Amino acid sequence: MKKDYTLKLSGLEPLLVTPETNFVNIGERTNVTGSRKFLRLIKEERFDEALDVARDQVEGGAQILDVNMDEGMLDGKEAMVKFLNLIASEPDIARIPVMIDSSKWEIIEAGLKCIQGKGVVNSISLKEGEEKFIEQAKKVKMYGAATIVMAFDEDGQADNYERRIEICKRSYDILVDKVKFPPQDIIFDPNIFPVATGIPEHNNYAVDFFKATKWIKDNLPGARISGGVSNVSFSFRGNNKVREAMHSAFLYHAIKNGMDMGIVNPTMLEIYDQIPKELLDKVEDVLLNRNDNATEELLDYAESVKGDGKKKVRDLSWRETDVKSRMTYALVKGLTEFIEEDTEECRLLFPEPIQVIEGPLMDGMNVVGDLFGSGKMFLPQVVKSARVMKQAVAYLNPFIEEAKNGEVQPNGKVLMATVKGDVHDIGKNIVGVVLGCNNYDIVDMGVMVPTQDIIKKAIEENVDVIGLSGLITPSLDEMVGVAEEMEKAGLTIPLLIGGATTSRVHTAVKIEENYTKGQTIHVLDASRSVTVVEKLLGTTSKEFVADIKTEYEKVRVNHANKKSQKRLLPYDVALENRFKIEWKAEDIYTPNFIGNKTYENFPLAELIPFIDWTPFFQTWQLAGRYPRILTDEVVGEQATDLFADAQEMLAKIEKENWLTAKAVIGIWPANSNGKDDVFTYSDENRTEVVDTLYSLRQQTQKAKQLPNFSLADFIAPKETGLQDYIGGFVVTSGLGIEKYVKQFLDDLDDYSSILLKALADRLAEAFAELMHKKVREELWGYAPNETLENEELINEKYQGIRPAPGYPACPDHTEKTTLFAKLNATEEIGVQLTESMAMYPAASVSGFYYAHPQSKYFGLGKIEMDQVKSIAERKGMEIDKMKKWLNPVIN
Amino acid sequence: MSKLKEELKKRILVLDGAMGTMIQQYKLGEEDFRKGWFEGHDFPLKGNNDLLSLTRPDIIKAIHAKYFEAGADIVETNTFSGTTIAQEDYNAQDKVYEINYHSAKIAKEVADEFTAKEPNKPRFVAGSIGPTNKTASISPVINDPGFRAISFDELVVAFSQQVEALIDGGVDMLLVETIIDTLNAKAALFAIEQVFEKKGVEIPIMVSGTITDQSGRTLSGQTTEAFLISTEHAPITSIGLNCALGAKELKPYLQVMSKKSPFLVSAHPNAGLPNEFGEYDETPEMMADQIKVFLEEGLLNIVGGCCGTSPAHIKAIADLAKNYEPRKINQN
Repeated sequence: MKKDYTLKLSGLEPLLVTPETNFVNIGERTNVTGSRKFLRLIKEERFDEALDVARDQVEGGAQILDVNMDEGMLDGKEAMVKFLNLIASEPDIARIPVMIDSSKWEIIEAGLKCIQGKGVVNSISLKEGEEKFIEQAKKVKMYGAATIVMAFDEDGQADNYERRIEICKRSYDILVDKVKFPPQDIIFDPNIFPVATGIPEHNNYAVDFFKATKWIKDNLPGARISGGVSNVSFSFRGNNKVREAMHSAFLYHAIKNGMDMGIVNPTMLEIYDQIPKELLDKVEDVLLNRNDNATEELLDYAESVKGDGKKKVRDLSWRETDVKSRMTYALVKGLTEFIEEDTEECRLLFPEPIQVIEGPLMDGMNVVGDLFGSGKMFLPQVVKSARVMKQAVAYLNPFIEEAKNGEVQPNGKVLMATVKGDVHDIGKNIVGVVLGCNNYDIVDMGVMVPTQDIIKKAIEENVDVIGLSGLITPSLDEMVGVAEEMEKAGLTIPLLIGGATTSRVHTAVKIEENYTKGQTIHVLDASRSVTVVEKLLGTTSKEFVADIKTEYEKVRVNHANKKSQKRLLPYDVALENRFKIEWKAEDIYTPNFIGNKTYENFPLAELIPFIDWTPFFQTWQLAGRYPRILTDEVVGEQATDLFADAQEMLAKIEKENWLTAKAVIGIWPANSNGKDDVFTYSDENRTEVVDTLYSLRQQTQKAKQLPNFSLADFIAPKETGLQDYIGGFVVTSGLGIEKYVKQFLDDLDDYSSILLKALADRLAEAFAELMHKKVREELWGYAPNETLENEELINEKYQGIRPAPGYPACPDHTEKTTLFAKLNATEEIGVQLTESMAMYPAASVSGFYYAHPQSKYFGLGKIEMDQVKSIAERKGMEIDKMKKWLNPVIN
Repeated sequence: MSKLKEELKKRILVLDGAMGTMIQQYKLGEEDFRKGWFEGHDFPLKGNNDLLSLTRPDIIKAIHAKYFEAGADIVETNTFSGTTIAQEDYNAQDKVYEINYHSAKIAKEVADEFTAKEPNKPRFVAGSIGPTNKTASISPVINDPGFRAISFDELVVAFSQQVEALIDGGVDMLLVETIIDTLNAKAALFAIEQVFEKKGVEIPIMVSGTITDQSGRTLSGQTTEAFLISTEHAPITSIGLNCALGAKELKPYLQVMSKKSPFLVSAHPNAGLPNEFGEYDETPEMMADQIKVFLEEGLLNIVGGCCGTSPAHIKAIADLAKNYEPRKINQN
């Protein structure tokens, strides 16, 4: 009798995959690594909209829902649990089975504990050896899920036929024989790689996939095949016609060979029968590796496919078109090479030089604006376009002045400023550039701008809009202050709010109502700034403002409702439920070094390997994890270009010593009071308390057995009699940056200026990472034999933590005062604290070191006034002041 | 192969009926729930029926005996609420081991007496594992759908304690029943597998879901087939449906179960739907008539009763069941 190998999955309803089942479509938009939109929604906790994304997938025909929360800035486990729990409450989504997608086992396991149906794990593999593989497979089976198994083993990913079948066979045998895993619950992903890359070794990738698929289906009874299809056409990014044809042809052959399911974007799929014969032939030549010239022939053909202007960069055929088209091309492509030549040619075509700006240049920038607005261009490109524009305008300026016939009428004038106490301006500069590109006059007041100066300048310059930016939490209050002063000054112009800690909710709840004569609007990112300003200054501004008012009112009501639902514990109850470490002498390592130590002129070359690149791309609003982002379907091309520019500049920074890196660290004897205060002592006698460090404690209602964390929990209480320690650090890599920033701005090169600042930030973070490692391995020395790769450092696999004041575990910025004093940081390494507790240079990082093996990062969440009162008393700070500093975290 | 599995091959086995309905007839007072075990307990305990296995084992044993006399092959232990989670309501979570251990032990004593009297009709004890009063995939707070009153891990801990005590007390099988949230059931099955591995024993597992109403779904929203698929990974002996509906209403879902299940199939419906006073009025004869339809269609391997059923109902069912062949497992 033939065995039944039906793959049975379930959500609220069953999904049966039989040999007769057609291709099963996996919905992939609820994946933060693949969808920028979804990532943003999750980050901003806009879960209703995130659920809509899931719902759209189900309604659009997805039969399995892939959920992935692997993103550096997210607590992936928490986000996975939260989203799966929310899905469970939506019967129209929960109908279909879930695919729990993560590269981290702990996230997968947390996900498995949330789904009542039978889902799919994505994925496990032999990557980390047989033992781990068996352990994870056993768990998957006990939780009742099917699993994707990657063709990946200890030696790496399988990239040819032999390795594919070898790894899949080995995986299958282990699963079926040793784990007793049901064969029909095994889904292999034999790796779909790009073809037609120009590298001959890649030519057989698709054929190998097809052959491996067939072999698996013939030889490993019950096993299924899945894969991410769009990878195959990666070389033809930008040429959708070819890509769609490749996807369809690939699927046609893959399904014929036995592929059962996969991740396919249905809008990126041509109907196989409708692919033009010539294109299909060439695509199949490539996929099936039918002739040696297949790649080139398809490339040639791709160039000729109508309606797709994308061509190779080195191709200079665009130089053959007329000058106006060349201008547009140069603007869209961000090419400065010929811009002066072309501008000159244009100038001769028009009676007045100004008409070059009004005509071809503005036309070109409009194209850029449209492409950006519709998501077809990305931020780094737009900034490069601006560079082209600025250089063209600079070339024309002397002629315009000579002609003395006035200036181009801008669309409006926008004042931009980073508020008092804050030094961060990358985001503000980006918005300035983007608005500038769209013909707005920008009055950039720089950083740390006092409120009165902003008001004065706005009136003097008669600006149309004020844009405020800030990155650290105290800036939120500064913005409230600016709004109040604008009201008093009788201004009526719109106020835009932007920057990393700002939000629509904060703007609606805390800022908008303070400024009644004009409209306050939160602008989520640079790409929105143009639309918002256009609408505000356009003919329909009344309607727009009315809409915003209604929306913010709704936000306030929702916020008020939500607030009343928040269950917070009284401070003393939270204190009682502290994290109780079982204190043992062997868990506390006596540091090899006690006291402070300064590092002058640290070699930049040593910092570079420690860079975490993912946030660098986020600065440029490119979503995705490094290095995967470089091959991302949507932003891969841009990310690759940007990365190349970054590498080039980084080499110069290092070689020519543009920046100076300095650090000061300290390790001090310390004990806690068993509550939230940590005493540091002058010496090991521990009689004289030098400073007290004050921690905040979580007050949210916890699930049973979970503690309310405070950083003080990680330091041994005095009563244990144990001699514990705490450390601190300030590092900077921003010394000397001003000179180069100015040089770039003088050269009208915002792109390079922003790039430099972003790189300096990355180097500072890398420096913090490096110093922490040094502390763990040598100075404190509790982990002398650590062997962690950079990737593992980024994922915080090390023992001990280094929380920074102003960040989730300790949002109290004022602790920086104590830290800086203890390290004498301003004198030692030249890093200053502003009145808002921002560090200058901006490319600086500070924090505390905790070494206990059970210390961990956590987010404080909201706290109640009872704790604010307590900490104000303990610190000897006025309650109102304390309240102001902690405002963002007070319930 | 266990004795139980051998019997299941030969014939349809009959499960007992309601425990609560029987206990009500004894008109017990608070002191009955405390006797010898909880004299100074600071919470009222009346209504916490599981405690009677400790405080009035005589009554529980008498009820088991009545069902065996009526013809039941299997009785369920008096442990429907025998987890720390459910006992927390009475502040009796400390006694969870004792409740389960003694419930199993006394049921087994009665079963052994009957087997000794009638060796060709061996009697068995199923350790009853209820759903607990908290659900892992449904939020109890309407405006906070992401909230959960209990986690998978907490359920695993609680079920593990119950399962260990039931096995120590000598049950022949485990019955995860009245499943309203499949995720709770998955946690119970996870716990059972862990305990099996730890103790190095393996006994048959029965799984029984509850279709809440005539929408045909569990409380957590699954269809019968989705429920089946979601629990299929565990080493189950039988799967079926119980509670909430009477036999008549249960039929379409039982047909699905019988058609799709690779395991043996069970049913223990209520004595009809409750009337406006919450009482069940289906007489033994009426219920047997409905059950007869199941038997004629060959849907079942195990049959019994849930809420509102009495020894009289079980007798009617047992008299009927012995005339029919058990369902054959569909091997495709």
